[in-house]
Amino acid sequence: MAVQTTNHLLRRGMGKDWRDLATYRAAGGYQAVKKAHQMGPAAVIEEVKQGSVRGRGGAGFPAGIKWGFLPKDSDKPRYLVINADEGEPGTFKDTYFLKEDPHRLIEGCIIACMALNAHACYIYIRGEFAEQIRTTWKAIRDCYAAGILGRSVMGIPFALDIYVHPGAGAYICGEETALLESLEGKPGRPRMKPPFPAVIGAFGSPTIINNVETIAAVPLVIEHGAAWWTALGVDRDGGPRLVGVSGHVERPGLFEVPTGTNLKDVIYELAGGPLGGRAIKAVIPGGSSCKVLRGDEIDVPMTIDGLRAVGSMLGTCGIIVMVEGTCIVRALQRLSHFYAHESCGQCTPCREGTGWLARLVDQLEAGTAKQGDVDTLLDVANEIDGNTICALGEAAAWPVQSYVAKFRDEFQAHIDHHGCPYGDHPTPGGFDVPGLPSVSPHA
Amino acid sequence: MALAFSPEADREITDIIGRYPERAAALIPVLFVAQDEFTYLSEEVLELVAERLDLPAAKVLNTATFYTMLRKAPVGKHHVQVCRTLSCYLRGADQLMATAQRKLGIAPGETTGDGRFTLEGVECLAACGTAPIVRINDVYHENVTPASLERLLDALASGKGEPVGGGGGD
Ligand SMILES: Cc1cc2nc3c(=O)[nH]c(=O)nc-3n(C[C@H](O)[C@H](O)[C@H](O)COP(=O)(O)O)c2cc1C
Ligand code: SF4
Ligand code: FES
Repeated sequence: MAVQTTNHLLRRGMGKDWRDLATYRAAGGYQAVKKAHQMGPAAVIEEVKQGSVRGRGGAGFPAGIKWGFLPKDSDKPRYLVINADEGEPGTFKDTYFLKEDPHRLIEGCIIACMALNAHACYIYIRGEFAEQIRTTWKAIRDCYAAGILGRSVMGIPFALDIYVHPGAGAYICGEETALLESLEGKPGRPRMKPPFPAVIGAFGSPTIINNVETIAAVPLVIEHGAAWWTALGVDRDGGPRLVGVSGHVERPGLFEVPTGTNLKDVIYELAGGPLGGRAIKAVIPGGSSCKVLRGDEIDVPMTIDGLRAVGSMLGTCGIIVMVEGTCIVRALQRLSHFYAHESCGQCTPCREGTGWLARLVDQLEAGTAKQGDVDTLLDVANEIDGNTICALGEAAAWPVQSYVAKFRDEFQAHIDHHGCPYGDHPTPGGFDVPGLPSVSPHA
Repeated sequence: MALAFSPEADREITDIIGRYPERAAALIPVLFVAQDEFTYLSEEVLELVAERLDLPAAKVLNTATFYTMLRKAPVGKHHVQVCRTLSCYLRGADQLMATAQRKLGIAPGETTGDGRFTLEGVECLAACGTAPIVRINDVYHENVTPASLERLLDALASGKGEPVGGGGGD
């Protein structure tokens, strides 16, 4: 089966510089703002609901339904906040809009703000994205100069300001309430929910937080209609999605496919298959927090329900592939250190537990763990799971639980051999592994 | 002499303050402006920011210490950040770190004696599709190999490398 790719969101390779406002407008850009104005807020929200636009930030919550949570009777200002923190390991999609097609995001922000009656929007971009911050600011300034933003929007009497707000190097600020704390100038420590941001969000006001790709989809849904959009996806999970493939594949990269495209086909056909033609050992389907799949479990449709059915998550569609010859304990070690490093430290199970996980995985990998430590590792992960303020706790626990569930023998082998069975070459990514043919990802 | 912002930085700070309904929200972007101006956030600089934003010094310190990109100590002219997270690891990030350590003669977290290079391991930079990634100051280098990293470091050492900017703020 040949995989179908689409190019509605991902418009690379068309010989156009989409950052340029005139180029963007010549291709019909900002027309959806006019159409949304004619439709009116209620109809726009209904169209987004009908389009089944599920949040692209990882949790998959339907955007139209979230928008409906804003209180109708509050006289406080309302805010739209865009989550451009893009920190989930394996995820590199929102960067595309910020760097190459920022007007698509801005157009989505304008339509959403008019529908939500919000007159200010903050785009929270991770601090490492210096170029993306510059490019997005430039696009915003071009909009002000062209009368698309400011006191009125393209002649529509609706005042709107959009600002970029920089992050400063903390993964936890991708969690929506930590992001709000950070936006307010505080350390990024997640808030207890409720109250939900739709009721009390930024600056004590009702706030909608959406991922970049979610909002970038909105102009397309308005321009072409919900029916067109859902036809590019599946029932209750509409539209195409950006899918990133990294790790051990021949052609890593970012692709756009209709929701429901088969995961295995994406890896084999779009990403060129596993590196060096080896067998696939493990696949993380949607960012590092998802449960891992074995190579024989990847024949599944990429939908929220499809991945749930095999015990994982569609998440951010950031696919990480590992071929045979990769040490699974070493792979987990990377992630456990990541979560230990990024825990904000405000709840004990996460603060202590993530550190403990990292140390245990270190000992397992080094071969200094004791008999029984695989169970200890699981116990610690189970202690964290479900006992924390935010989902970073689960994000740290799920990889541990699933790597052990699927590759327990390999953990045990590290204990029995007093060291890594792969020796000094725990990854075949371009380097020699004893007993395996060498491959180069850079050849 | 007391520390002061340049007129350009001061204008930028006024502009930043105008973006938010609360002054405290300007803190992180203003800390980036201060970092660009004074290279790092010394106690004195934090006090200056607190004064300029009319915020308690403790609040400014509390925020500044939470974020890794807000530097509380000087870094080298070339801040070499090797991504060590999974996708980069799978494409050879450890070999890049080893190359950088050997070339620069320092361990991660250290700065060379002449103050020119700081080496650091960092977490996923959201460019996993072109892994492995090395970020030098604010520029991403993609699909880096040990050989290309060696060339890059040589070029920077000889002053021929591209000039690259500082912090992440606007
Ligand atoms: C630890 C953690 C990190 C997160 N990081 C991100 C992120 O980088 N980008 C993002 O859009 N959502 C991230 N999320 C999800 C957000 O909390 C939130 O669900 C999302 O921004 C909502 O937007 P959406 O409904 O459009 O997906 C993260 C969640 C957690 C628990
Ligand atoms: S789960 Fe971890 S990251 Fe989330 S609030 Fe608790 S300590 Fe912070
Ligand atoms: S793992 Fe290095 S950029 Fe994502």
